[in-house]
Amino acid sequence: MTKNNDKIILGHGSGGKLSHDLINNLFIKHFSNSILSQQSDSAIVDINNSRIAFTTDSFVVDPIFFPGGNIGNIAVAGTINDLAVSGAIPKYLSCGFIIEEGMPFKQLEEIVISMAQDAKKAGVPIVTGDTKVVDKGKCDKVFINTSGIGDLEERNVHISLGDNILPGDKIIINGSIGDHGMAIMAARNELNINTHIESDCAPLNDLIADALSVSDNIRFMRDATRGGLGTVISELVAGSDYGIEVNQDKLTVHDNVRGLCEILGFDPLYVANEGKVVMVVASEDADNVIESMKKSPYGEEASIIGEVSYDHPGMAWLNTSVGGKRVIEMLSGQQLPRIC
Amino acid sequence: MCLSIPARIESIEGGMAVCSVGQSTYNTSLDLISEEDLKVGDYLLIHTGFALQKLDTEEANSILATFEEFKKLNDNLDKEELKQNKRIV
Amino acid sequence: MKYIDEYRNKDIVKYFANQIKTISNQPIRLMEVCGGHTMSIQKFGLPHLLPENVELISGPGCPVCVTGREYVDRAIAYSRLEDVIITTYGDLIKVPGSSSSLEREKADGADIRIIYSILDAMLIAKKNKSKRVVFLGIGFETTAPASAAGIIKAQTASLTNFFVFSAHKVMPPAMESLIDEGVQLDGYIGPGHVSTITGKGIYENIPKKFNMGVVISGFEPVDLMQSIHMLVKQKENNEAKVEIQYSRVVKPDGNKVAQDMLDEVFEPRDDWWRGLGVLKDSGLKIKRKYHKFDAEEMIKVEVEELKEPKGCICGLILRGEKKPKDCKLFGKACTPSDPVGACMVSSEGSCHAYYLYNR
Repeated sequence: MTKNNDKIILGHGSGGKLSHDLINNLFIKHFSNSILSQQSDSAIVDINNSRIAFTTDSFVVDPIFFPGGNIGNIAVAGTINDLAVSGAIPKYLSCGFIIEEGMPFKQLEEIVISMAQDAKKAGVPIVTGDTKVVDKGKCDKVFINTSGIGDLEERNVHISLGDNILPGDKIIINGSIGDHGMAIMAARNELNINTHIESDCAPLNDLIADALSVSDNIRFMRDATRGGLGTVISELVAGSDYGIEVNQDKLTVHDNVRGLCEILGFDPLYVANEGKVVMVVASEDADNVIESMKKSPYGEEASIIGEVSYDHPGMAWLNTSVGGKRVIEMLSGQQLPRIC
Repeated sequence: MCLSIPARIESIEGGMAVCSVGQSTYNTSLDLISEEDLKVGDYLLIHTGFALQKLDTEEANSILATFEEFKKLNDNLDKEELKQNKRIV
Repeated sequence: MKYIDEYRNKDIVKYFANQIKTISNQPIRLMEVCGGHTMSIQKFGLPHLLPENVELISGPGCPVCVTGREYVDRAIAYSRLEDVIITTYGDLIKVPGSSSSLEREKADGADIRIIYSILDAMLIAKKNKSKRVVFLGIGFETTAPASAAGIIKAQTASLTNFFVFSAHKVMPPAMESLIDEGVQLDGYIGPGHVSTITGKGIYENIPKKFNMGVVISGFEPVDLMQSIHMLVKQKENNEAKVEIQYSRVVKPDGNKVAQDMLDEVFEPRDDWWRGLGVLKDSGLKIKRKYHKFDAEEMIKVEVEELKEPKGCICGLILRGEKKPKDCKLFGKACTPSDPVGACMVSSEGSCHAYYLYNR
């Protein structure tokens, strides 16, 4: 736990090492139960012999409107994706609003309409909610919490745990990295730049369901949100008896994202995404999964980016595009301001 | 800290240039260089909002051309070495 | 992206790697002094491409790393004044002072803003006339001209609430001091963007006095590999000279406009470097003429007593005498999320780069 632990700092919310420490040493320590300790994207609970995936997420992104969407879009997509990457079929959402006094009604309306549209398109209705309004200055325009439940079949329970991963398995991602985080950076308008980076925010339940239908050997899934792909990989490999190799050549980074990353010195590997799932798939099924992803508008740039190996257990290496090698480590603190 | 990268001049006005990297454009101050022979299409090295130097594209292109020569030499040597099964250089 | 991608070409990198292997017959120790070079070398995994006898050492080119605790303590003292807004480049906020950091002060309510250009800081000053805006001016000859330009602009605009707290330093004294102190080196990978401003003349003393070469390098993998090749070639041929690899932006005389602006606003002063102590004429002080914009002159504060932590060997690491893994605190008490010394804080710092890319 950080020495300076008498104050919460922004780094505690950024998804990297500080967040992990806070979660382990405070929340899990006191809320203490075996389900919580799994720390999956969704909790898997048993009710009357039915397995249910249950998740919650809060969204505090600034600015609330950005190219490619708004805070409402990511509130819906984020929770749907947390359920879907656990292998569950997302069924219902709740949403709670904390609204700052003085927020223009039109803005709130635009956010709510886009949430309704996304929920409808994804087939996951919002069935309950809550509204609070706080004094001006007590929250930043609007904060949204969404929770969701999904139906989890027995055959998919292993997916969020990742216990069945084997050397030789392939690592797949459904498209480009870094778009969301850099879209937010650009939209903050502090940087005197003009750029057309759009968030990749998207609900992935259909894409994931299709992948699950073409393969019984999807070992693991996680969405690459805060902390980016690099964090997913480094978390996955930590303390395991296998290693991971990622090939930088196979990563897709859009030019405009790359340009802004270069200017600011950011590494796209650790930049947040809101429409990307990382999968570990048995090698014999990898090509089929890619093919099925490419049929979705959210998977056109899907690719195999690496594999699980016997070598260097517990560590993930990046084979760089110039023939060098470096370790993919967990990000510590913030690379970005809040993005979701 | 921010790094410096080459950006293409898209327009120049009043001591500032709009420069592009990829498809993003950046407003850049020209206070630190001579504006005299700058024109649209030139490349500038930009750093913390300022242009530090104009990129000598002729120099860059000629060096890159020699790299291509090196590469060919490299490929030929690799082939020769494979044939003869020993180091040549 | 043009003029970047071409220098990330795998085949050309491989070509230079082969050349280095072929011509290099003796052990050679090379130091890169620029934080950007350290990052690039680690990010692209270049050490894996070099033969064992070529050793790369990171030197004191990370402006955050060489900035003393005292500077941070004073910046913190400024930030605690009710009417002060601190504007700073990103990494400085995590650097530990004697008992706090700017990040912690921010959490406590101080108005501390991360900006990307001094021009943003000036905009903040214009928009907040009742506040005093202090810009933390760190960086070497690459960044100091921007501070100079900012101060001149502030003069023209008659800004009365804008101040620069200069920690600007210049490279050559540190590069010479390291060798004087006995650090064993065979060559310097010279700082690319510093040299864009200064030209190559400032390094001429090094081959003359120490019989070792300086190759001014760009930041892409091809640039670095070519520069290493040039340095190895010099050593094998018993030569020592200053060469420019980064010829597309570094000209022998540098950037005169920027140099003039530096001369207009700044003058040399002795300055303290972590790991090197006080070096003569190695820092930049705002000239009397512009004293109205000098935070040190214009804003009086009480600064707490300086305390340095036990066990931190940042100084030795910055001099290239030790590697990050030689430090007892590395990876344990000192990590990027919980840094003890400055080398771990900055993303350009040796320990941070090593931690991220090389464990």
